[in-house]
Amino acid sequence: MVQGSLNMVGYGLSAVGPGIGVGIVFAAFINGVARQPEARGQLQTIAFIGFALSEALAIIGLVLAFAI
Amino acid sequence: MISSLTQVPAPPVPPPMPAEGFKAPGVEDFNLPPIFEGIPVLEWFDKVSIQFIVAALFVWAFFALATKDPKVVPGRLQFLAEKFQGIVRDQIARDNIGPEFRKYVPYLVALFAFILVNNVFGILPFVQFPSFSHPGMAYALAAITWLIYNYVGIKKQGFGGYVRLMTWPPGVPAWVRVILTPIEFLSNFILRPVTLSLRLFGNMLAGHLLLLVFIFGGEYMLTVADDLILNVLSPFAFLFAIVMTFFEAFIQVVQAYIFTVLTASYIGASLADEH
Repeated sequence: MVQGSLNMVGYGLSAVGPGIGVGIVFAAFINGVARQPEARGQLQTIAFIGFALSEALAIIGLVLAFAI
Repeated sequence: MISSLTQVPAPPVPPPMPAEGFKAPGVEDFNLPPIFEGIPVLEWFDKVSIQFIVAALFVWAFFALATKDPKVVPGRLQFLAEKFQGIVRDQIARDNIGPEFRKYVPYLVALFAFILVNNVFGILPFVQFPSFSHPGMAYALAAITWLIYNYVGIKKQGFGGYVRLMTWPPGVPAWVRVILTPIEFLSNFILRPVTLSLRLFGNMLAGHLLLLVFIFGGEYMLTVADDLILNVLSPFAFLFAIVMTFFEAFIQVVQAYIFTVLTASYIGASLADEH
């Protein structure tokens, strides 16, 4: 018998989207640095902002999974 | 009758004990016991608030000590402080805020240092509790950031201009505005501080929970479980806990960085000229 909260299944599903999003963000960052290595510094800041914004969805999912 | 006499009464079988299952660590593990119970004012202080005070004092003492006697050729401490300030100034403030970045550097440096110290408490031996896994101070820091970026925006653009800048992106067809303006309003004024604080809080909670799962799980496998395979496998749980601790260290630095970068970029967005 498996016990636990169904919330966690929902959280797992909700983490799929941000996972793909974070992957796309860093793929674009790697592409950008490969094409233009001297732009690394600027791209890094933008990449981390994009990473943070897409990761926020997963984090909100985690908090809601525990809160509700 | 005879059969009942010859029948040996069976020894009482103990009722099968419910197996002492593994209880996964959850959010209730974050409720720390009070330290000063029953003392009127002190009872509000728990480990987390003491950590915040220690972190604030540490950051203040570090920068006060490092800049007490500044030399042209910096010593070790002064070099560290200057390097830290330089990274925040050049890579966070200047890139995100623009020409008026200089005013905001002190806040950003203090913010970065304070969050960094509090996050590193999560893996510091004998402390090992990330302060931001309780959301209160994260809300407070996000509220300060919210006040700052709204204040400087209104001061620079005027109230109407600022609201227009935030909710009225130029060059958008009218029928899109019906959807876009409410979304922009919600995103810029309400969701920004919420996500800013919840991101920090959620990352610290999730990271600490992950370490708890591996360490409590390893302890259960080693000592409690009556199972040779689990006993033999338990070092791998501890090994993975160590690996995750290093990963946690990385996440903690990244989260402190992201909080500061987002604060700077929000300030920069409030100060931006309309194109």
